[in-house]
Amino acid sequence: MSEPAREPTPVQTRVQTITQMPPSPASQLAPVRTQRLRSPNWITVGQVMVTLALCAFLIVPMLMSVMAGLTVNYFRGVSSGLTLRWVSNVLETYGDSVLTSLYVAAATLALVLLTGVPAGYALARSRTRLSRLIEEMLVLPIALPGLATALGLLAIYGGFSAFRNSLWFIVVGHFVFTLPFMVRSVAAICASIDLRTLEEGAASLGARFSQRFFTIVLPNAWPGILAGALTVVTLSLGEFNLTWMLHTPDTKTLPVGLADAYASMRIEIGSAYTIVFFAITIPLLIGMQLLGIDPGGNLDPQRLQRKHAKRRARESAALADASTSALPETPL
Amino acid sequence: MHDLTFPVRWRIALLAPALALFAGFWLLPIGRLIQLSGGNDALATYRAVLTNRRYLESLGATVALSVAVTLATLVLSVIVGLFLTRHSFPAKRVLLALLTFPLAFPGVVVGFMVIMLAGRQGLIGALTMALTGNKWVFAYSMTGLFAGYLYFSIPRVIITVMAAAGKLDASLEEAARSLGASPWQIMRDVVLPALAPALTASAAVCFATSMGAFGTAFTLATDIDVLPMTIYTEFTLNANMVTAAVLSLVLGVVTWAVLALARNLTGQAAAAAA
Repeated sequence: MSEPAREPTPVQTRVQTITQMPPSPASQLAPVRTQRLRSPNWITVGQVMVTLALCAFLIVPMLMSVMAGLTVNYFRGVSSGLTLRWVSNVLETYGDSVLTSLYVAAATLALVLLTGVPAGYALARSRTRLSRLIEEMLVLPIALPGLATALGLLAIYGGFSAFRNSLWFIVVGHFVFTLPFMVRSVAAICASIDLRTLEEGAASLGARFSQRFFTIVLPNAWPGILAGALTVVTLSLGEFNLTWMLHTPDTKTLPVGLADAYASMRIEIGSAYTIVFFAITIPLLIGMQLLGIDPGGNLDPQRLQRKHAKRRARESAALADASTSALPETPL
Repeated sequence: MHDLTFPVRWRIALLAPALALFAGFWLLPIGRLIQLSGGNDALATYRAVLTNRRYLESLGATVALSVAVTLATLVLSVIVGLFLTRHSFPAKRVLLALLTFPLAFPGVVVGFMVIMLAGRQGLIGALTMALTGNKWVFAYSMTGLFAGYLYFSIPRVIITVMAAAGKLDASLEEAARSLGASPWQIMRDVVLPALAPALTASAAVCFATSMGAFGTAFTLATDIDVLPMTIYTEFTLNANMVTAAVLSLVLGVVTWAVLALARNLTGQAAAAAA
C-alpha cells in the first residue's frame, strides 16, 4: 500500500523546501525522532509531565498499600518499623476465603476448558452466520453489567438452597463470565493456523475425528488454550461484582473478604490483604505478559504468528531428524 | 459449506456443552429477570420506575460520570500512549507491565487504591496538609469515584492507543511536517484520524465498564447514587426485586447500545472486559 520510506534525494529535498508554504528552518526537514532529541519543545515537556503524573497515579497507590501492609503503624509511618504481623493476621482471619477463591478458580477453569476449548475450535472451523451469532451471544455476559447476571441467577436458582449455598453457585457465575475469553482465545489461534488442510491430510491417512482432535487440533491450539486459561484464572480470582451478590457467609471468596477487610478492619490489615492478593495475581499477570496476552485477555496476533513460525521451523527440523532415524521416540 | 473433515454432527457435539451451560446459567436467568421486571403489568412497571425522580437522577449521574471518565481517559491515554510508543528508556518494559496491572484488579482493590491516594490517611491528604494546612480528602465522594474509574480505565485505553500508534505510518507525519504543518495540525489531521477507530472502540468499552462498575463505588461510599449502587440497595435493603430487575435491564440496554453503536461505527468488536 504505502511506499517504503527512502532517504530524500537532494532533488526531493530541494522540491520540499520550495513547496513548503511558510519557509521553515532546515532542521524541520530532519526525521521526527532526531528533531525531538535535538530540541525538546514544550509539547514534549508537557507530554513527559503528563506521563510521569499518570504513572505516579497508577503505581504509587500500589506501592503505598504494600508499604502500609508491612509497617507496624501506618499512621506513624515506616519509622514505626516493619512487620509481617498483619500478613499473618490476614492469613489467619481470611485464609479460608483465599482457599475458596482457589477452589472456585480451579473449578471454573475445569468447566471452561471442557466446554470452551471444543466450542472455540468449532466456531473457528465453521465461519457461518450462525457461528458468528453464537460468538456474539457468548460475549454478552462480559458486555452487560455483572449485576444483571447475578440478579438473574438469584431469581431463577435462589430457591434451590443446596445449589444456592454451594460453591457451584459462584462457579457457574464465573463460568459464564470467563467462557468468552477462552472461546475467543482458542478461536483466534485456530483461525490463525490452516487446520483444515492439516486435518484433511490426517484424514486422508485414515485418522478418525477424535484422533485428529487430540493429535492435531489440541497441540496446535495449545498457546491459545494456555493464554485463555491464565486469563480465566486471573479473572475468576479477582471477580467481585457477581460474587458479592452470589456469595453466602460460607462461600466468601478472596475479593469478598477484601471488601470486608476494607470496610471493617484497620488500614494495615486491608493493605496486608491487598499484598496477599497481589502475591497471587501478579505472577499470573507476568505469565500472561510473557505469553503476549494483555490483562484484558487479548492475544497479540503478531506475536502468536511469530511463535508459530518458530515452532514450525523447530518441528520441521525435528521431522528431518526423525526421518533419518528408524524408530521415532514416542512422547509419554 | 462443504467440509469433509468437519461434519455437522461434530460441530453440534463440540458446541453443545458450552451452549447448554450458557443457556442454563445465562440465557435462562436473564430471561427470568426480564419476565420478573414485567411484573403484572410490564408497561406500568417500567413507566413507574423510569419516571421515578430518584432513579432518573441516579441514571443521569451514572451516565454523566461515565462520559466524563471516558473523555478524561481518552485525552490522558492518547498523550501518554503516544509518548510511550515513540520514546524508549531504561526499564520501559517493567513500567508498561506495572501500568497494565490495574486491569486485573477487582473494583474493590481499585477503590482501596483511591483510599490510599485520597482517603483520610491518604497521600494527597498528607501532602495538602503539609503544604496548605488543610487536609484534602476526596476519596469518599463523586470525585473519588471519578479517580477510581480513571484508575481502571486508563490502562486499557493506553494499551489500545499503543497498539494503534505502533502501526501508524511515520512517513505520513514526516510528509505533513515537511509541508509545514504545526504539531497541533499533525495531531488533528494525521494522528487522531488514524487512531479514531481504536479510540472509538476503547471509548465504548470504557463507558460500558464505568456504567456497570460496582466494586469501586461499594468500597468508597455506599451512599453515592450511581446506578449499580441503587440496584444493589433496592435488592438488598428494600428487597425490591422488580425495581432492581428493571434498573439492571435498563443499565444493560444502555451499555449494550453504546457498545453496538461503537461496533457499527468502527466495524470491529468491542466488548467490556472487566
